[in-house]
Order: sequence, then C-alpha cells, then structure tokens
Amino acid sequence: MFETFDAQLLARIQFAFTVSFHIIFPAFSIGLASYLAVLEGLWLWKKDKVYLELFNFWKTIFAVAFGMGVVSGIVMSYQFGTNWSVFSDKAGPVIGPLMGYEVLTAFFLEAGFLGVMLFGLKRVGPGLHYLATCMVALGTLISATWILAVNSWMQTPAGFAMNDVGQFVPVDWWAIVFNPSFPYRLTHMVIAAYLTTAFVVGGVGAWHLLRRTAPRRAGVMFSMAMWMAAIVAPIQILAGDAHGLNTLEHQPAKVMAMEGHFDSHADGAPLILFGLPNQAEKRVDYAIEIPKLSSLILKHSLNAPLAGLDTIDDDKEPPVAVVFWSFRVMVGLGFAMLGVGLWSLWCRYRGRLHDCSALHRVAVLMAPSGFVAVLAGWITTEVGRQPYTIYGHLLTADSISPIAAPAVAASLIAFIIVYFFVFGAGTFYILRLMARLPRDPMPDLDDGPVRASGITPVAQAAEGGKHGH
Amino acid sequence: MAIDLAFIWAAIIAFAVLAYVILDGFDLGVGILFPFFPEKHDRDQMMNSVAPVWDGNETWLVLGGGGLMAVFPLAYATILPALYAPLIAMLLGLIFRGVAFEYRWRTRRAEHLWNFAFAGGSILAAFSQGVALGALVQGIPVEDRAYAGGWWDWLTPFSIATGFALLIGYGLLGATWLVMKTTGPLAEKARRMASGAAVATVAAMGAFSLWTPWLEPLYLERWFGYPTAIFSFVVPLLVLGCLLVILNGLRAGRDVLPFVASLGLFVLGYAGIGISFYPYIVPGSLTIWDAAAPPESLAFLLVGAAVLVPIILCYTAYAYWVFRGKVDPEEGYH
Ligand code: HDD
Ligand code: HEM
Ligand code: HEM
Repeated sequence: MFETFDAQLLARIQFAFTVSFHIIFPAFSIGLASYLAVLEGLWLWKKDKVYLELFNFWKTIFAVAFGMGVVSGIVMSYQFGTNWSVFSDKAGPVIGPLMGYEVLTAFFLEAGFLGVMLFGLKRVGPGLHYLATCMVALGTLISATWILAVNSWMQTPAGFAMNDVGQFVPVDWWAIVFNPSFPYRLTHMVIAAYLTTAFVVGGVGAWHLLRRTAPRRAGVMFSMAMWMAAIVAPIQILAGDAHGLNTLEHQPAKVMAMEGHFDSHADGAPLILFGLPNQAEKRVDYAIEIPKLSSLILKHSLNAPLAGLDTIDDDKEPPVAVVFWSFRVMVGLGFAMLGVGLWSLWCRYRGRLHDCSALHRVAVLMAPSGFVAVLAGWITTEVGRQPYTIYGHLLTADSISPIAAPAVAASLIAFIIVYFFVFGAGTFYILRLMARLPRDPMPDLDDGPVRASGITPVAQAAEGGKHGH
Repeated sequence: MAIDLAFIWAAIIAFAVLAYVILDGFDLGVGILFPFFPEKHDRDQMMNSVAPVWDGNETWLVLGGGGLMAVFPLAYATILPALYAPLIAMLLGLIFRGVAFEYRWRTRRAEHLWNFAFAGGSILAAFSQGVALGALVQGIPVEDRAYAGGWWDWLTPFSIATGFALLIGYGLLGATWLVMKTTGPLAEKARRMASGAAVATVAAMGAFSLWTPWLEPLYLERWFGYPTAIFSFVVPLLVLGCLLVILNGLRAGRDVLPFVASLGLFVLGYAGIGISFYPYIVPGSLTIWDAAAPPESLAFLLVGAAVLVPIILCYTAYAYWVFRGKVDPEEGYH
C-alpha cells in the first residue's frame, strides 16, 4: 500500500491537515471577536463591571487562539505556491487578487488594532479601545468574506476566460466574487463561526455554573450563549438547506454523494438516513431509508425525479463514503444544537436557566460541537468537489507542484509533529484559562474607592484584568 | 507605451518585502538575541517591546507572498517550489516564535520551553530567509512554466553564508531596537552588542557584494556597467556612512539614531540587490513582464492597493505611536 503514497496524495494530505487545523482557529476567533465587541459595548453602555470582567476573561483566550490562527494561516498562504504551483500559476490571476484584498482590507486591520485591543486600554482610554475591538471583529468578518469568495469561486467558477498559456483570466470581477455559491457559503460559514463560539462560551459558562465558582459571571455568559444557540441554530439549518439546494444546481455530483444516491430515481428518491456506502458495488449497504423524502427536500415535491451517480463518469465521482458521513455528522450536530437551544428556552421560560444542571451538563458536552461540525462541513464541501480543484475545469491531479514525494513526506511529517505539539499546548492553555474564572468579587468590596469621573475606573479595571498570570 | 502595470507592481511588492524585512527584522532580531539575556526580567521586557506590533509586522510577509501570487503568479509558482525546504523551515520557525508570544505568559513550569521556542523559532526563521535569499540570488532555472531544478539546488556555500549574514543583520536591528525601547542594564548590554553586530553586518555586506558578481554574468555587468556602476560606488560609501552613524550614536548614548541608521543599512543593501536583479523577478529566468498576471488582475488589485496601503500605513503608524517610548519594566502588558 506504500506505493500509493505518491507525491500527489501526500500533498493532498498535507493541505487537508494544515487547513483543517487553520479553520478551527478562525471559526472560533470570528465569533469570539464579535462577542468581545458586544461585551465591551455592554460594559460601556450599562457600566456594569461584570461585562468588563467577562471581556478580560475572554480577551486572554482570544489572544491565544488568534495567535494560533495567524501562524497556521501564514502556512496556508505559502502552501499554494510550494505544493500547488501549477494551480497557483493558472488560478493566480483570478484568486490571487481576492486574497490580496484579504490581506489589505482584513489582515492589516486585525493586526494593526490587535495590539491596542490586547494591551492598550490604559493607554488610549475606553472610547478608542472600543474602536480597536470593533476593528478587530470587523477584520475577521472581512477576512472570511474574501477567503470564502476564493473558495466559492473554486467550487462554482464564473466570470473568467482562459488565455493561451492555460491561465484563468478575469473577465468580470463582480461575477467572480459573487459567484453562484458565494452568498450561501458566506452566510453558512459566518453563522457557523457564531454558533461555534456560542457553544464554547455556553460550555464554559455551564461548567462554572455547575462548580458554582462565579455564578453571576457564569450565568451572564451562559444566558448570552443560549440566546445565540436558540436563535441562530434554526437559522443555520435553513441556511444549510438553501446551501444544499444551490449545490444541487451547480455541483450535482456532490449532492449525490452526500445523499448516497448511486442510482437515479424516476419518481421520488428516498432519503437515506444511515447506511454503508459501497462505491465499488455502487450501492449503499444496510440502508435505512425514508421513501421519497429526498425528493421532497431537494425538489420540494414527493415524486420529482432525481438523478444519481450512475449519470456521472466513474472517474469524475467524488469519494462517496467520506462525503456521506461527514455530511451526516454536520447535520446531526446542527439538530443537536437546535435541541439545546430549544431546551434552554424552556428552562428560561420556567425561570430555571441558571440551575438546571442537566442542561448545564449537556452544554459542557456540546462545547466542542461547533468545531466538529465546521470540520465535517468543510470535508463535505472539499471532498465532494473532487476530483477537481476548480470545479469542472482543473483536476486536482493537474494542480500539483513538481515536488518529489520524499520532500513532501518530510514536510508533512514535520507539520504533523509541530502542529500536534504546538497547537496541543495551545489548546491545553486555553482549557486551563477557561477553567480559571476567578470567584465573583464580594458585592460590597467590589467597587473600591469611588472616584468622581475621568479615566481612573478604567485604569483600575485594567489592573483587575492583569492578574491573569 | 501605456502605464507599465508590471513595473508598478514590482515596485509595490519590493516595498512590501522591504517593509517586512525591516519590521519583522527587528522583532526576529529580539528573538535572536534572547539567548544572550538569561534574566527573566530582561526577557519580559524584550518580549513586551515587540508584543503589540509583531503581528502587524508579519502581515507584510503575507502581503509579499500573497501579493506575488496575485500579480506575478508564475514567479510565485516557480520560486516557492524551488525554495521548498527553506520556506517550510521558515514557516515552522515562525509558528514556534509566533505562539511563544502568548504561551510564554501562560505557564511558569514550561516557560523555559517557550523561551527556547521563541529564540529557536526566530533563529530558524531568520536563517531560512537568508538561505532563501541566497538561493534566489544564485538563480532559479525554469522550463515550461515550472521550476526545472533539483531539490537540493538551494543548498550551497553561498546560501548558507547569506543565512548567517541575515542572522547577524537581524541581530543588529534587534539590538538597536532594544537600545531604543528599553532602559537600564538591558539597554546597556544591547548597546554593547549592537556595535559588534554593526561591524559584522557591514563586513557581511561587503563579502556578499564581492561574491555575487561572480555568480551570474548579469550581476557583474550591473556592478561595473554604466549607469548602474554609479550605484556600485555610491552605495558602499553610504553604507560606511551608516556604520559610522551607528557606532558614534551608540557611543554618544543616543537611543533612536542607531536604530534608524541600521534600517538605513538594510535599505541600502536591499537597493543593491534590487539593482542587480532588475528587471528579473526570477533571476536568470523570468523578467517581471514574463511573470506578470494579465492586466485585468494587475489593475483590479492596484486600485485597492493605491487606496488601502496609505491607510494601512496610517493606522500602523498609529499603533506604533500608542506604544511609543520606553517599555516600562513595571507595567507588564499581560
Ligand atoms: C456550526 C457549524 C455548522 C452546522 C451546525 C451546519 N453546518 Fe453545514 N457547513 C458548515 C458548518 C455547519 C461549514 C463549515 O461552514 C460549511 C463548509 C463549507 C461551507 O460553505 O460551509 C458547511 C457546508 C454545508 C454544505 C455543503 C455545501 C457545498 O459544499 O456546496 C451543505 C449542503 C450544508 N452545510 C448543509 C447543512 C445543513 C442542512 C445543516 C443543518 C442541519 C448544516 N449544514 C449545519
Ligand atoms: C478552512 C476550511 C477548509 C477545510 C477544513 C478544507 C478541507 C480540505 C480537505 C479535507 C481537502 C482534501 C480533499 C481531498 O483531497 O479529498 C482540501 C483540499 C483543498 N482545498 Fe480545502 N478546506 C478548507 C478551505 C479551503 C479554502 C478557503 C480554499 C481556497 C482558498 C481551499 C482550497 C483547497 C485546495 C487548493 C485543496 C487541494 C486540492 C485537493 O486536494 O482537493 N480549501 N481542503
Ligand atoms: C486555504 C485558505 C486560507 C488561507 C491561504 C488563509 C490565510 C491566512 C493567513 C495568512 C492568516 C494570517 C493573517 C495575519 O497575519 O494576521 C489567516 C488568518 C485568518 N484566517 Fe485564514 N486562510 C485560509 C482559510 C480561511 C478560512 C476558510 C477562513 C474563514 C472562513 C479564514 C479566516 C481567517 C481569519 C478570521 C484569520 C485571522 C486569524 C484568526 O482569526 O485566527 N481563513 N489566514
């Protein structure tokens, strides 16, 4: 089996490995940056110190996660050239400028204001500091916009022509950026980032509620997170459905793989809930199906005909099992998130949100669910696009750098060791930070000497945030 | 002739790379000097002096790399595979030092580990960049729009020498930065190290200049042909001028001047390399016009760059301004 580890496969594993690590951090920091902006805004508005304490608590965690996002992102931006040079030469004229805009509009903005946000409260005062926090949050969202335009263009290319050396050349930038799948992907991904963060925040809040360390602060974060889950999880399911319909239109083979439809159905296709896709035999073993439901979901009609993978050339089929399973993981988690959201509404309605320990336990369990769903979603997307890098136009096999297998193998091993070590340590530190929510201060000792006005309370508050280590 | 977009973009990319080299140069330099300052108190200050700005500095690297893909995709697609090993090493180095900024404050037990990661990562990244530079200067063969050399071509005595040279140069930037940003015994020690590093940097630049003309006939022609030969005489004089300013400034107890003059050294060295290269972007193989993306791509991104780069420079300057002055040893940003 070793000879199958050719340079191409190694490069694909390396790309998948590094980008999967990378996406974990942005998924968290996009959501957390916005959450921090909300917390600081609430503090400035309501002047309730609990929000500032929460801001400082999450800010430290954000700093660690963001640092990991940056270093893993830099790897990504070089890897297109080192390992996918033919792809870069051909697609560079189209996707390069989009990534250039990402650097110019997003990365500089984040980096420029990050220092002020992390270290500058005492130096610039609350107003400008809040501006910095908002700029960092805005930067993460702009970044997601551009990179998803790039990825969506690779999924559903539009607005280009080919030149005589085989490069994709831009014809209509509007059509390139707003390619058919971009609005769906952007919506779905940004909501995914918010949900991911909501479940992390909710899990941490629930953990501290269970341990009764800091009931007031833990309660505030838990409640905020559960509002987010209850409101956004259903929206995400609708967005996912719309995204799927869009994919059906533009990348039908991917949807066939997600659904496990090896065969076409002339009048109403069943929804396969579970089963073992068997690509060699072109069937799903042990399938549990609900008749006609798939046609209802995808075509909004019970008896609509639905084409299957039998209409696709064998060498143009994506690997079915991976896509089938990763899709189910994502959708399953989406509904589990919805369940938690509804449950929290019920508890809230009964006024028991802060002391329903069963809900808290489940919330702790669900804390990492967003990350898993995000990864599963991306695996569905990217593996479902195979065997193309630029759907319908450039095969993965034709995208690769002329690099010898041993060189790629060596770099892959180095990345694996370094990533597990470095990001493992980072995860450990983040978990430890999360576990240390200092006790709620006693209400009457809390405020210290009362000062008339000016910047002093900020300085004091910033002092308070300093005993992080 | 219409506006030469490829030329404008070559200038912008050159600017981004220069900005990267001098900005990340000093914060990598601080990491390179870490092993010479064993005291925790000193190390805290060293790190705090760059913690608020390092991420912005590194973003220029992303602009240099990402921008290259956008506007000179063929250069991106041939240089990066040719420099595979040094670039991967650089990325790994940057990972270690980048995370150390945060991790170091998160643990007492393993603090030494992240000190080591910070120093080791900075040294590895700087050395790899020097090796990559050397390998680029030696020339990169291209056939059929692809890199056509072997996997160890980058490894030569010359590229190893440039690796060490850049390490020393960044060390100089780091030392003069510390002179500018810190106080007390730390600053004094940095001051002593800076003089040595300045002399060594200029010596390395001299050796580099004597070596390169023999690597590639084009360089020889550039060094001794008219009109570029004028620069071959002016640049060394200016370099010596900078060296004097650095040494005198250090001796006279000036804080800012040595750093500025060290930046001057880098700008001059960079200009020298640029003159030798132009109009090649992949030395010996591709000119900027061979490698340029179609005009539609160049124009589209240029509009944004013209507006955004000045804005970026403004708020970057603001961020530096917020953290101006000496690092307060008591303040502890974290
Ligand atoms: C918290 C994360 C999360 C959750 C709960 C869901 N998704 Fe999702 N999904 C993503 C996070 C995500 C993602 C990571 O953001 C992906 C990967 C690429 C993309 O555009 O979004 C994605 C891709 C993706 C695709 C592939 C589109 C394509 O590649 O063309 C479909 C069809 C869906 N999703 C549908 C759903 C449905 C029906 C869900 C409801 C149950 C759902 N997703 C929940
Ligand atoms: C960040 C979340 C992402 C994840 C988790 C992800 C995951 C993956 C996976 C699993 C593969 C391997 C597919 C296979 O070989 O079967 C892959 C390939 C690839 N993806 Fe993504 N991807 C992500 C985002 C992106 C983005 C934003 C881009 C483009 C800008 C991109 C471009 C590519 C390319 C060029 C390949 C290599 C070709 C290939 O092996 O298919 N990916 N990705
Ligand atoms: C394969 C494609 C990708 C490349 C080449 C890439 C590149 C990068 C780079 C170079 C950085 C560091 C920026 C800095 O220096 O500050 C970064 C960070 C970031 N990336 Fe990616 N990225 C990719 C995929 C994604 C995806 C899919 C998303 C989100 C949808 C994303 C969102 C972000 C965000 C928000 C940051 C800021 C740092 C953080 O939040 O952790 N990136 N990326």
